[in-house]
Amino acid sequence: MSEQPLIYARGLVKRFGDFTAVDGIDLEVAPGEAFGFLGPNGAGKSSTMRMISCVSLPTGGELRILGLDPARDGSRIRARLGVCPQLDNLDPDLSVRENLTTYARYFGLSKAQARSRADELLDFAQLQEKASSAVEPLSGGMKRRLTIARALVNDPDLVLLDEPTTGLDPQARHLLWERLFRLKQRGTTLVLTTHYMDEAEQLCDRLVVMDGGRIVAEGSPRSLIETYSTPEVVELRFADGVDYAGKLEGIGRIDPLPDRILLYADDGDAAVAEVHRRGLTPSSVLVRRSSLEDVFLQLTGRTLVD
Amino acid sequence: MVTTMLAARISPSRVGAVINRNVGALRSGPSYWLVLVSGFFEPVLYLLSIGVGVGALVGELRLPSGRVVEYAEFVAPAMLAVSAMSGALAETTFNFFFKMKYSKTFEAVLATPVKPFEIAVGELAWALVRSSVYTGAFLVVMVALGLTSPGWALAAFPATLLVGVAFGGVGMAISTLMRGWQDFDMLTTGQFALFLFSGTFSPVQDYPAAFEVVVAVTPLFHAVELVRGLAIGELGWGLLGHAAYLVVMGAAGLAFAARRIQRTLCV
Ligand SMILES: Nc1ncnc2c1ncn2[C@@H]1O[C@H](COP(=O)(O)OP(=O)(O)OP(=O)(O)O)[C@@H](O)[C@H]1O
Ligand SMILES: [Mg+2]
Repeated sequence: MSEQPLIYARGLVKRFGDFTAVDGIDLEVAPGEAFGFLGPNGAGKSSTMRMISCVSLPTGGELRILGLDPARDGSRIRARLGVCPQLDNLDPDLSVRENLTTYARYFGLSKAQARSRADELLDFAQLQEKASSAVEPLSGGMKRRLTIARALVNDPDLVLLDEPTTGLDPQARHLLWERLFRLKQRGTTLVLTTHYMDEAEQLCDRLVVMDGGRIVAEGSPRSLIETYSTPEVVELRFADGVDYAGKLEGIGRIDPLPDRILLYADDGDAAVAEVHRRGLTPSSVLVRRSSLEDVFLQLTGRTLVD
Repeated sequence: MVTTMLAARISPSRVGAVINRNVGALRSGPSYWLVLVSGFFEPVLYLLSIGVGVGALVGELRLPSGRVVEYAEFVAPAMLAVSAMSGALAETTFNFFFKMKYSKTFEAVLATPVKPFEIAVGELAWALVRSSVYTGAFLVVMVALGLTSPGWALAAFPATLLVGVAFGGVGMAISTLMRGWQDFDMLTTGQFALFLFSGTFSPVQDYPAAFEVVVAVTPLFHAVELVRGLAIGELGWGLLGHAAYLVVMGAAGLAFAARRIQRTLCV
């Protein structure tokens, strides 16, 4: 395989009327990579994903998927993509299994191929028992797994997952992560969007942080944390409404949030000791490792999940 | 039109997959079959009540050619054209709209190699299946009642397919413009007006002259004239004109629908 990126974008723009949802972004995703978009609501993640999926054409800029131009070769590109949209669009008139077999036919698989592929994927998604059930009564996690399984029906080179685990309980999320991790192990290129930094940390080799249609930072989860945060963060809560920010000056960078104050430090325990030495008595103290959430806060001034 | 189709490079296998999805959905519930059967019987009931019942009072009718036919013979081909229309419209309006707007079926399909034009062609072909089941069965009824001969029935059948294409194409086009279910009331009313005033129950020559002109531009009139001409064996060059109208109508509807699918779902 050449070094040609599976996704190549330069100055990519998406406008809806006067509104610019994606405002000139550059991207490159290499084969085998797990790449993530992290960003708050309305950042332009889905708009970008839809352009990459070749269901929506860019308003401006250059886009190449699998080395091809979506405007000319959309159908050919889509034949090699697996797409899991943000909102499930399973077919309510078909059973769980038929959702897979029918979808396989759109990719030109024969009836027999579609059947055997559906069986494999029902296993993969742990939905064998629900195979002949209608879609409607499935739980949210089951529907999500089915949508992801459906995205794999054509054995795609590139899998695009828009918020694969939003709305799922922790157990369902971990099951999905495990499935996605398996795909990654097999060398499938993954591109996903998420609001969850733990998801990004778990699954992504590299990610971009989007805000307001732009990419505000790019790197591996670790390198982003190193660049934009400190190794440790102290979360302080105070019982009274006094403004403590001034009193904490000099200990480290401070982020006062409505319900707590974040104190960035190389050594969290040392910082806490300094807080106490100054005679301050927080009602709760938490020292933790820095996360992408902190990176995000630093970059955009907002928390990820609002 | 041909160039549009060539440019779109339709894949028969992908169109087949679109049809295949609808075959799969057919198995999903008995309610669909109920709707299917009731849709067939409606024109049959009209044929019996008006064609045969009222026909007993009206007696015979003189065609423009001078030939005299039973009133039921005159009404039956019109009901045949109506069943072609309603079969095609039933699929391309309610069902098509649901798949496009509510169940997001088309949205899911558009993430595969299937193109908007292929969705439109597949849906039209599927509508044609329903329409031809109606008209095939209706022709059997007509032959059984002695309202046409087996030979003319065979001649009329392809004409009913063309009627299905014409109304199916336009039905899809209309569905892509619908904002919600309430818009379907207008469609139903329009369909009923066509049903009453397209030379279905009386020759258009009996209408007031101005009205006759209006009717001559509406689609069911051309469908009725074409189907009736073949079913009762009244051939003439005029039939080609009616057929041409229906071809253009179907092609325009199809192209418009495909474009709208692209415009509304690929954003
Ligand atoms: N079809 C559309 N028409 C008009 N505006 C749109 C359309 N799709 C998206 N937008 C707007 O573009 C912006 C970016 O939307 P997008 O769905 O890409 O965000 P997102 O990052 O995926 O957000 P979320 O995390 O909520 O899914 C939003 O302000 C949204 O309202
Ligand atoms: Mg989104």
